[in-house]
Amino acid sequence: MDAELRELYQQVILDHNKSPRNFRKLENANHTAEGYNPLCGDKINLYLIIEDDVVKDVGFQGSGCAISKASASLMSSIVKGMKKQEAEKLFEKFHDLVTGKLTNEEEIEELGKLAVFAGVRDFPARVKCASLAWHTLISALQDGKKVVSTEE
Amino acid sequence: MNRTAVNSEKKIFKLERIRADFPILKTIVHGKPLCYLDNAATTQKPQIVIDKLVEYYSSMNANIHRGVHYLSEISTKAYEDSRIIIKNFINAKSEKEIIFTKGTTDSINLVANSFGRSKLKTGDEIIITGMEHHSNIVPWQIIAEDKNLKIRVVPITDDGEIIFEEFEKLINEKTKLISVVYVSNSLGTINPVEKIIETAHKAGVPVLLDAAQAIQHLKVDVQKLDCDFLAFSGHKIYGPTGIGILYGKEKLLNELPPYQGGGDMISKVTFEETTFNSLPYKFEAGTSNIAGAIALGTAIDYVSSVGIDSIAKHESELLDYATEKISELSEIKIIGQAKNKSSVLSFVIENIHPHDVGTFLDFEGVAIRTGHHCTQPVMDRYNIPATSRASFAMYNSKEEVDVLISSLKKIIEVFK
Repeated sequence: MDAELRELYQQVILDHNKSPRNFRKLENANHTAEGYNPLCGDKINLYLIIEDDVVKDVGFQGSGCAISKASASLMSSIVKGMKKQEAEKLFEKFHDLVTGKLTNEEEIEELGKLAVFAGVRDFPARVKCASLAWHTLISALQDGKKVVSTEE
Repeated sequence: MNRTAVNSEKKIFKLERIRADFPILKTIVHGKPLCYLDNAATTQKPQIVIDKLVEYYSSMNANIHRGVHYLSEISTKAYEDSRIIIKNFINAKSEKEIIFTKGTTDSINLVANSFGRSKLKTGDEIIITGMEHHSNIVPWQIIAEDKNLKIRVVPITDDGEIIFEEFEKLINEKTKLISVVYVSNSLGTINPVEKIIETAHKAGVPVLLDAAQAIQHLKVDVQKLDCDFLAFSGHKIYGPTGIGILYGKEKLLNELPPYQGGGDMISKVTFEETTFNSLPYKFEAGTSNIAGAIALGTAIDYVSSVGIDSIAKHESELLDYATEKISELSEIKIIGQAKNKSSVLSFVIENIHPHDVGTFLDFEGVAIRTGHHCTQPVMDRYNIPATSRASFAMYNSKEEVDVLISSLKKIIEVFK
């Protein structure tokens, strides 16, 4: 496989695509949001349980490409246990990472597992795939119940 | 050498010679030779079409139908000659029936607007099919909203064919127009348009054919088909973008009001009233894409020199070969298995999203389309978000199909 392509489709991404974590509906969710990318038809339903400003549990369902599915899966694992503000900050860093604004190696490393999405910056058309789950998260955190679109 | 010998030699289908006519086919993508299989989106251009555009701007450029000077006269002649080439290609009765537009979408909007405004009233019905491109849905929805019309949709089978009995049932005294796609861009289905037109005419209903995916693959004879309108785009038949055709029967076009007002479409203008120009100029307001119209004529001459029947035969062989090879891969399901198909191969791979397929194939030099192909209702019909689509043109080879298949095998392996 080509190096640039391997950078995009890292093993972690392929693994999360194949077996996404937290891939379930949370019946008792108190924050939900729906994300949609009309350009490729990617869809995500996100369910959160938030208590005292802390994300206690995360679940998601939907369909999309490997990048969007793995991104949702990794996001769901990482934000679990985080405070709302922490999750919002992380989204900003993640967004900088996939759009190529975050270049400092140390800062990239601080992102932990999310660093596998660094390869997305070489594929401008796929940035929306990687960030859909995060946009949906922000909407859900801000008490969601609304549909977010990557085209707005 | 006598004339007959030259002509018969021209009609022999020589793939290598054809490929050499298309400079872009020499492109290297990610270190691999380009394998361009996105022809249903747009076709590549032969050198003579590219040269014609350059020639127009370097030695002919002037506004048409206006000046008495040398350049205006030669550009007007080239523009009108192109209209005749197109008229002959689709066997229209008269060049008055050939209207230059921006493309298929523009042509359909012209009919929706002009026909819709003048001939349709509250409660009237328009029939389309379940496999229309958005460009043959949305213009009707806009006029339907405005005029309170009803759009009726002919359902399609799992194989991607229209259910003809359902179509017949939809026709009633309120039906005022039937607008159908000749060849589906996402399924490849060639619709039984002759039968549709015959049935429609028995009920006195005119038919518009969206021929965007038919004109480059099949012999289209508007008199034999007896269609009332036919729309197609230049860029899908090896011509430039931004130019297309609306064919309409002269009698019908004469009854319709202009679509847009402006220069060139008038005979006389005062501030009180305007007399419109005759056909086809009544529908060509403003300075059109003159270079594009002329180069479209060149593209059509090129297609005729290769021979549309030879092209159809070659593409049909490629489709059969690709269908056979892809069917051997158990992870892949073909979407659109009509008995009568054109050179479109849409498919989904188990557990691999079309966008990942598209990115992977790009790195093998293979260009395909992934997504909903501007036919979201078709995707909904099959309960899929998107498909991958390979579509063939006259310059594609079996070797390119082999590259497609081996690339698909690679991605299936990586995602295992």
